[in-house]
Amino acid sequence: MSEPLSGPGSATRTPGREPARPGLPRSSRTARNHAPITATGLLVKVVLLGLVAGIALWAAFPLIEAGYWLGLGVLTVTTAGLFYLYLSRRHIPAKYLVPGTLFLIAFQIFPVLYTASTAFTNFGDGHRGSKDDAVVAIQTSSVKQVPGSTEYALTIATTGDPATGPLTFLLSDPKTKEVFAGDAGGLRQLDASDVTVSSLSGKITAADGYTVLNIGQASGRSDAITALIVPTDDGAIRSNGLTRAYEGKAARAYDAGCDCVKDSETGKTWTADEKIGSFVAADGERLTQGWKVNVGLKNFGAVLTDPNISKPFFGTLAWNFAFAIGSTGFTFLLGMAIALALHSPRMRGTNFYRVLLILPYAMPSFAMLLVWRDMFNTDFGLLNNLFGLDVDWFGGAWSARIAVLLVQLWLGYPYMFLVATGALQAIPRELTEATSVDGASPWQSFKAVTLPLLLVALSPLLIASFAYNFNNVNAILFTTEGGPFAPDNPRNGATDLLITYTYRLAFGAQGAEFGLAATVSIFIFAIVATVSAISFRRTRKQEEVYS
Amino acid sequence: MRIRTAGVVAVLGLALAASGCGDSGSDKPAAEQSASKATGGKLVIWADDKRTAALKPFAEEFGKENGVTVEVQAVSKDLQTNFVTASQQGSGPDVVVGAHDWIGNLVQNGAIDPVQLPAEQKTGFNETAIKAVTFNGQLYGVPYATENVALIRNTELAPEAPKTIEDLVATGKKLKAQKKATEILCLQSGQNGDAYHIYPLYTSAGGYLFGTAANGDYDPKDLGVGKPESIAAFQKIGKLGEKGDGALKRSITPENAISTFTGKKCAFLVSGPWAVADAKKANIKYDISPVPGFAGAKEAQPFVGVQAFYVAAKGKNKALAQEFVTNYVTKPELAVALYKAEPRPPALTAAFDQVKGEDADLAKFSEAGKNGQVLPAIPAMAAIWDPFGKAEAAVIGGADPAKTITAAGKTIQGQIK
Repeated sequence: MSEPLSGPGSATRTPGREPARPGLPRSSRTARNHAPITATGLLVKVVLLGLVAGIALWAAFPLIEAGYWLGLGVLTVTTAGLFYLYLSRRHIPAKYLVPGTLFLIAFQIFPVLYTASTAFTNFGDGHRGSKDDAVVAIQTSSVKQVPGSTEYALTIATTGDPATGPLTFLLSDPKTKEVFAGDAGGLRQLDASDVTVSSLSGKITAADGYTVLNIGQASGRSDAITALIVPTDDGAIRSNGLTRAYEGKAARAYDAGCDCVKDSETGKTWTADEKIGSFVAADGERLTQGWKVNVGLKNFGAVLTDPNISKPFFGTLAWNFAFAIGSTGFTFLLGMAIALALHSPRMRGTNFYRVLLILPYAMPSFAMLLVWRDMFNTDFGLLNNLFGLDVDWFGGAWSARIAVLLVQLWLGYPYMFLVATGALQAIPRELTEATSVDGASPWQSFKAVTLPLLLVALSPLLIASFAYNFNNVNAILFTTEGGPFAPDNPRNGATDLLITYTYRLAFGAQGAEFGLAATVSIFIFAIVATVSAISFRRTRKQEEVYS
Repeated sequence: MRIRTAGVVAVLGLALAASGCGDSGSDKPAAEQSASKATGGKLVIWADDKRTAALKPFAEEFGKENGVTVEVQAVSKDLQTNFVTASQQGSGPDVVVGAHDWIGNLVQNGAIDPVQLPAEQKTGFNETAIKAVTFNGQLYGVPYATENVALIRNTELAPEAPKTIEDLVATGKKLKAQKKATEILCLQSGQNGDAYHIYPLYTSAGGYLFGTAANGDYDPKDLGVGKPESIAAFQKIGKLGEKGDGALKRSITPENAISTFTGKKCAFLVSGPWAVADAKKANIKYDISPVPGFAGAKEAQPFVGVQAFYVAAKGKNKALAQEFVTNYVTKPELAVALYKAEPRPPALTAAFDQVKGEDADLAKFSEAGKNGQVLPAIPAMAAIWDPFGKAEAAVIGGADPAKTITAAGKTIQGQIK
């Protein structure tokens, strides 16, 4: 309990004013010696804990509503744990560690686990929901009007209270002028003298023994109206909106006995296949509505064995590295060169130049990428027109790669220039002056003193920039869209990064395939993680040498 | 004293928590109660920006007439994807407005329900439009507008409508030689192609995408891409490309096609009703005619797309949504208002006749789309767009059509389950 930074609540005391009483545990008395600070600290604590409680309660209601008890349990335990931790005076290191850990779990670990779990499913278009959802969708979408049946004018009525009473459909046949009342028990004819029928709309406006609901009242009970089905000999009368009803029949029905869907019109059956999450007929035809199932390692197998995916993988990976290294390297070189030039004491008007140089950084890259794309247009682009060229920039593999790197250079060098300028100013001029006294040339002193010191400061930024560019979707999707594509392979282009390639695999054709996309993401994650781990290890060695 | 501090914190914390609880606990039911008492149900409609603005007054009127609350929410990007995702989570709207080629995907995700329109209402619509929103023998949406591409030409540069593509190329080349234009034809392609705009030429040269099944729907098992007809079609298209006549170019992109036309750099533009506003703004004298076909070949058939209203399967107020879609959207006044927000020919015959008189372009577009093909709504169509477009771009750039189209056909076939 003697480390100087630990205190009850981070804001309650300043470490520098810690009374030097080693060995003696701090009593609450010392805390109150800083009365004004304690008040602020207390307030902060109350507000933050109140916020935690508020968020927990806000999150609890939907969880209870959905009956998601595990989630509720996690929420309760976490909230209780947080209150215990910050209201007690013990566990001081945990007070510092827990918030970060919670955010790490929520925003890093959970998404990674979720992606990983998605990779083992067929989650995607046509396989989004549960089997029950699919069955409901199949049955509902097969409801057809019974041929030659009557279209009724519908009035919603009840025998009880408009907001809660049991509902009845009051139906009038516009042709025969017959009137009926229908509920879940069936249809029965009403005496025409008991009801009033509007001559304008053909609807029943009043009936003995029933309270008629107006559209406003009826719309408040939409679910009950949709659920009310009046059985008839040929099918059932269903509401169509709030003013009409029709006699319809579901052609397809699910039979739990054979775990299949039967079509009563054609007699065809589709049996559930739990491996692929679809109802499949004997002739191989699938119903469009499927459900989400666990497919095991199928997606991983597809990535490794499907020649469409695995063949271009290594070529794409190589270009992906070239792109990330090129984007980072060239921007760093240019940014540093300009920073060095402006750092020279003989340079005049440096502030003016600095403002000019930062301009590209100040413009939104999203818009700049689109502008650049148009500037590379063969016939109408600024570049070809200005320089009198006739280069099909995005049409050739190498010209497209160069174009993309040029855009990256333009977008990225101001950032490198800024950080290099900052780092340069932190290097004492005495050091370079000392080398020149020793007779070193400017190049030698740059190589031996300035560059290593710069790299110590900038290495983490360079690694971050590399990792960012490795997955820089925008830079590709807004310019070449991964193209140009070889005529015989529309799935993988010359400037595709792994991430844009994944994007196309996942969403490019046949709708979204989240399962497959998650699998490829895991591969990419492994690659980026390995590269980062290696480079951080090397940086650490470098820091040990120079610091 | 320690206990007292802890106590103060605890009490204050609880008080704050309680106030938070009060907020979330009591507000919602209260709002719901007042909503159901005062206004009955609530209808939520999702549409894109332009249509939201046009729909709002009508939605409000519908709300007032029936004592319900209607909310029109603009979803400006990825409406279809957002709708599917939201409806899966149960937070989707009751009604959604969108293109008919979404139907296949929306149905396979169980996101929309069929709509029951009585026969006499159905006959009030353009036949093609009804066909477009019919999927697996069921009507899934209520159409309100149709759209298709046509040939828009600058009448100062080209007074006569070309009868064939060859005519068009000859006129275009002459204008280019006279330095009156820099391009022969503005038909957008870009580096990745554009299946929608090249389709009339593809059909004229004999190609097809899907065969027709017995029930009149497109049959995903009969894929036309990669078949000899499609290769022959792309050989003709290739001759118009960069290594041939130079009428089709990858440098003409979706972004610059219309502006190149309005900048008088080309006399012919293949585009839809949405391009007319730009042409008017630029004071171009223009006329609209069907996209011409190749000489001695089949007629050029553009895709016909339909914009429609759908009832969400997982909406909270389905009965009201059905009421709105089947009884209110079918009113000509709404169709006319939507036409005014964006000039696409109304699908409702009565509305079309009403606006036809004041807008001659409308009839011309509709004429150009008369022999068009309904854009396939089957989920397999999603597999077509990307490979087909890229193959088109490659052929325009001079690649071997046989090799390119065979590969595209294989890729598409591999994607169709």
